[in-house]
Amino acid sequence: MYNEPQTISKERQLYLKRQKRGKQKVLFWQIAILVLFLAVWEIAGQLGWIDTFILSQPSRILHTYANLTQNGILEHIGVTVYETLVGFVLGAALGTLLAIVLWWSGFISKVSEPYLVVLNSLPKIALGPVIIIWVGAGTSAIIVMALAISLIVTVLEMLNGFRSTNREHIKMARTFGASKHQIFTKIVFPGNIKTLFNSLKINIGLSLVGVIAGEFLVSKAGLGYLIVYGGQVFKLDLVMGSVIILSVVAALMYEAVVLLEKAVTRHYGR
Amino acid sequence: MEVLKVSGIGEKYQSQNGEVTALSNINFSVEQGEFMSIVGPSGCGKSTLLSIIAGLLKPTEGTITLNGKLVSGVSPQVGYMLQRDNLLEWRTILKNILFGLEIQKKLTPENIAYAEHLLKTYGLYEFKDKYPSQLSGGMRQRAALIRTLATNPDMLLLDEAFSALDFQTRLAVTDDVYTILKKENKTALMVTHDIPESISMSDRILVLTRRPGTVRNIHTITFDMEQRTPLACRSHIQFNTYFNTIWNELDVHV
Repeated sequence: MYNEPQTISKERQLYLKRQKRGKQKVLFWQIAILVLFLAVWEIAGQLGWIDTFILSQPSRILHTYANLTQNGILEHIGVTVYETLVGFVLGAALGTLLAIVLWWSGFISKVSEPYLVVLNSLPKIALGPVIIIWVGAGTSAIIVMALAISLIVTVLEMLNGFRSTNREHIKMARTFGASKHQIFTKIVFPGNIKTLFNSLKINIGLSLVGVIAGEFLVSKAGLGYLIVYGGQVFKLDLVMGSVIILSVVAALMYEAVVLLEKAVTRHYGR
Repeated sequence: MEVLKVSGIGEKYQSQNGEVTALSNINFSVEQGEFMSIVGPSGCGKSTLLSIIAGLLKPTEGTITLNGKLVSGVSPQVGYMLQRDNLLEWRTILKNILFGLEIQKKLTPENIAYAEHLLKTYGLYEFKDKYPSQLSGGMRQRAALIRTLATNPDMLLLDEAFSALDFQTRLAVTDDVYTILKKENKTALMVTHDIPESISMSDRILVLTRRPGTVRNIHTITFDMEQRTPLACRSHIQFNTYFNTIWNELDVHV
């Protein structure tokens, strides 16, 4: 509809230029704030304004992590990412499955409602000791923790999406004689791809919360372990560095979900 | 020949606050190739009646027969058009048009060829691989009609099928749909609150009373012209006479 003509008018050129300038300005300040923050932190450390033993310092963090393979940081990242992905996939699959059951049967859904409300508001970390006793202190306990945190949210989010499917779409399918199964597979589920990805985006973060909490409690490896260990031996460089790496890992995993969404919904509408 | 026969239909709703009688003792029939409309004051149960005829809703009393057979549940002989086009935005136009056949498990090569033939005849073939959002409102409504026609129903039910469109598009789409239905020789029953629209399209108009809805009157609409189209009817001298008659019967108070 808005085909660019061969010759762009002066006003259009000016408009495009302004748009570009606006974007550049935002990006510049985003980077500038980060650089400024790191610079002030570093200089304050150098000049002795802050105690680098407690607050650490960019150069010390960099030094700690200068040789990534030597202190096994890659392995720690790998462990955390692995646990998060397993928890995430399990949470998404199980959560969606449960949501389908609840959508299908109004009776089960009504009966389980108070339980879901309680489980949803319960801080799942409180279940930590129980989980450790039940599944053992190890990777599986961490994965169960991630699952516990992300599962109920997924169920509620997906169920809500299924229930708010366009009524008219469902009626249209019914006028052709569609069965409940057909209504689900051809209208409700494909109509909720957006909901699914929204819930995946929330989930990837929640799974990471669960994994870190689990690693605080039981692990021998992983970023959560590094943070706890660093804190216990008062190596703040290790703690700060791990937190920074963790935020990068979290952002990358979120971005991966966004990319997946773009690939799947490429056709949808535009 | 009689396609649809509605006899003694009554409908009661049960709700927490009590019982509501929506329709009572409705009788009429629709002939092959006829275009019939149902008008009535809002809340008189027009759409409920259409849902009953489509087999989506069970009547409390009475029977519906379609080509002599009793209706129980949704019948593939009936096509239903809703207010919105309800095209699924994740499907291409072709896939949308084949939706009904897919649901009814009738995706045979002949049926697909017929659907494609309809697309070609009504100028949507070049858009078959596009998505609904890339089409204009009028084209979307036409695609929805083709989706209904693709299952080759004997009778079409139109439930306020044009009221979601803006006025100009609506005039064009009613002309479009009318021509298509006449060309395919389909029987149609339309529910609408728009009196001019019903006069411009119908061979007969059924006026319902306010709740509980019963048949107040059935008018035969004829225009003294060669090639009848909805748009031409609107400027015909008889149009206002019909309008006034029906308006008075609707007995609208504000």
